[in-house]
Amino acid sequence: MYVAVKGGKKAIDAAHRLFADKRRGDRSVPAMTLEQIANQLSFAVDRVMSEGSLYDRELASLAIKQSAGDLIEAIFLIRAYRTTLPRFGASRPLETREMRVERRISASYKDMPGGQVLGPTFDYSHRLLDFTLAADGEVADPERPDEAMTAQLGHVAEILDREGLIEPVPADAENEQPPDLTREPLEFPAGRKLRLQNLARGDEGFLLAMGYSTQRGYARGHAFAGEIRMGEVEVEFFAEELGFNVPLGRVKLTECQMVTQFKGSSKVKPQFTRGYGLAFGQSERKAMSMALVDRALRWEEYGEELVAPAQDEEFVLSHSDNIQATGFVEHLKLPHYVDFQAELELVRKMRREIEERDEAESQEAAE
Amino acid sequence: MKQENFYNFAYLDEQTKRMIRRAILKAIAIPGYQVPFASREMPMPYGWGTGGVQVTASIIGKDDVLKMIDQGSDDTTNAVALRGFFELTAGVESTTETSEASIIQTRHRIPEDDLTEDQVIVFQVPIPEPLRFLEPRETETRKMHALEEYGLMHVKLYEDIATHGHIATSYAYPVKVMDRYVMDPSPTPKFDNPKMHKMAALQLYGAGREKRIYAIPPYTDVVSLDFEDYPFSVQEWPDTECGLCGATEVYFDEVVTDDHGGRMFCCSDSDYCEKRRAAGHTGKQPDQAAEV
Amino acid sequence: MQIATTGLGAVSPGFSDPVHDAQSVFSAVMRAMSRPGRIEQINERLEAPSPANNAVAAVILTLCDHDSPLWLDETVAGAEELKSWVRFHCSAPITGDRATADFALVTNPQSMPDLDTFALGTDEFPDRSTTLIVQVSSILENGGWVLSGPGIESKHKIRSDDLSADFIAQWRSNRELFPRGVDVILCAEDRIACLPRTVKIEEG
Repeated sequence: MYVAVKGGKKAIDAAHRLFADKRRGDRSVPAMTLEQIANQLSFAVDRVMSEGSLYDRELASLAIKQSAGDLIEAIFLIRAYRTTLPRFGASRPLETREMRVERRISASYKDMPGGQVLGPTFDYSHRLLDFTLAADGEVADPERPDEAMTAQLGHVAEILDREGLIEPVPADAENEQPPDLTREPLEFPAGRKLRLQNLARGDEGFLLAMGYSTQRGYARGHAFAGEIRMGEVEVEFFAEELGFNVPLGRVKLTECQMVTQFKGSSKVKPQFTRGYGLAFGQSERKAMSMALVDRALRWEEYGEELVAPAQDEEFVLSHSDNIQATGFVEHLKLPHYVDFQAELELVRKMRREIEERDEAESQEAAE
Repeated sequence: MKQENFYNFAYLDEQTKRMIRRAILKAIAIPGYQVPFASREMPMPYGWGTGGVQVTASIIGKDDVLKMIDQGSDDTTNAVALRGFFELTAGVESTTETSEASIIQTRHRIPEDDLTEDQVIVFQVPIPEPLRFLEPRETETRKMHALEEYGLMHVKLYEDIATHGHIATSYAYPVKVMDRYVMDPSPTPKFDNPKMHKMAALQLYGAGREKRIYAIPPYTDVVSLDFEDYPFSVQEWPDTECGLCGATEVYFDEVVTDDHGGRMFCCSDSDYCEKRRAAGHTGKQPDQAAEV
Repeated sequence: MQIATTGLGAVSPGFSDPVHDAQSVFSAVMRAMSRPGRIEQINERLEAPSPANNAVAAVILTLCDHDSPLWLDETVAGAEELKSWVRFHCSAPITGDRATADFALVTNPQSMPDLDTFALGTDEFPDRSTTLIVQVSSILENGGWVLSGPGIESKHKIRSDDLSADFIAQWRSNRELFPRGVDVILCAEDRIACLPRTVKIEEG
């Protein structure tokens, strides 16, 4: 038994070579290509883009490959890369009404202009293992909806809006720069815009659990999936030097508007209220959870009571980020023997004191 | 193209450095106050030194000599990894010798040797808020600092005394800086607290995940909180000396040497221990040191 | 080296090595701020935009950018050469409201506005205060001000004769605001000294 005084670097290098070997696995099996990941693991890629806050399928695929499928590690790689990129400005607000819809459903109306567009989904499938996939069976070409029919579908919330039954969308000052928590330290109270940015980057599992808790009575408000839509939207950038908007390309998004009935309060008349969720790619679970949490966090606007974790801005926003969370939880792997030694010394001292006291007491009793 | 060429000197872009540099100057001007800063995502995990790394990256120059320690040692795995990061991205010289370093980045220890005016020590901080475990809300603790309302901390320490007969905090022991701000000295053992008082070197503290930077200028009063009848005291190891170098007045690591309760103590500060051995000092178990 | 033309004419160059020059100047400012009253050399030579001196230009290039509004005193509020230089190299917004400025450039210290008219920070965020960059003709070592406080082992002595007569009294009031208050960077041609809000100044 020896006290290790040198050798950390060698040990780390060796560990990294072992990991590279494990990641590659059996060399007789072909290595995965980024195209395969981007095409065939699209939900993983979408999640990494969403929580990594970087819309780039190729880089997300690389991160997934590099992390051997550990998605939080992949998100971390993307975040660390993203933070070094120069920033040119913010895009114009996206117009999701102009979305080329691939999927659009509403749970609050049976039918509406444009109809329900089921699109590609796991929903209503039988969750039975498909052994033909294991054998790489042929996949038939699907029928696609007519593009003309799915362009410019109005939002379901507009139907309620026309009757004045839903709260209006808060108006934004023209050209107001949105806050950016990647450039400013998060401060409380944060306000809704910053909250939404935080939630959009937040961990899907955390938001899912928080959203779920609101359904189970922790800040209960019965939410309806007013609308979930998924498809491509154009991104535009206002170029100061040109004086007009320049199209930058299209991004695929999932948007969710939750509609929650509200009884009214001394402040506000009875009406429906909104919770909003948005995620890159097809990420319905994330967008829906985000919308539930967004609504719960708005308790103060409606004069509701703060009774549950999902309503608590400091709690939710401080713990939603999986990169912060995983770093700090996993840092417990780092050596802590200096603090531990301090605690050892303290525990031994306290035990010694108690033993001495007990001894003194028993002597006294004997005398 | 080598990996390093993809990144700026010391990794951070110049705009980020300016933002951090402004925060550092404010931190120096308001000793012990936690300055919020827009911490960046770094290529190492939060909780593993991102705050210290951002501070070091913002102050380091090409002529600096860097010493990186974790638990007092230059060769713990994370110290090695972080030193490698700066060797790669800044190409600066690194050293294990305390006296040769112009910047010392540390986690959980202050070197045993006195630091000098020409040095800066950068601490990695996990939870910068000394009141956090008494009050989890940032909005509340911020008010408490603003009003200099530290009663809660004194109550906590006093409860320790009532229960245990003494203050039961052995590391991250709170200090008061310049008789104004109560500050968390990062999870250094309280053994190191007296070294912070009127230290000749500038002390910078970086908390990346919590997005705070704070500082203690040189020669500043740093007092560990205590009570008149229960004065602050540091850890002691009666009748203990370093098995390798024989040192006594140092912070010790305890090393378990077999399955039968055998153990030895040795200096936590590995450079201090090495220098003493090089100078001919020896402990009772000198052959336990090994190059692995 | 970059020479740029803007609509307002040629702008003189910034640092010849932006990364390392800025680090070197920052290092001097950090040392000066942590040891109030100790004079630090600025070794970087610049074609400073008139009427700024070398140290002022170096400090502005090092610390200011589009996230830090800069206020200019009356003497330079109309100095187009300086303003376009600041805009070009730092993209720093130039503000007319010194109560919200992160930095303030004072080129005529005799008529410097009262210190308490700058941003002083709040009790909760005392860091949200103005740092004054004050251009002076000289900083004298071992001058008649006796400085004490954090960063100073016993005493530091300096003086700048460019400041107005009531500066010491104003500084006393500034110090009483602690933790609020302004911080000062004195800039002579190639040397700087700092007065953080903690420092006590007495006439010696």
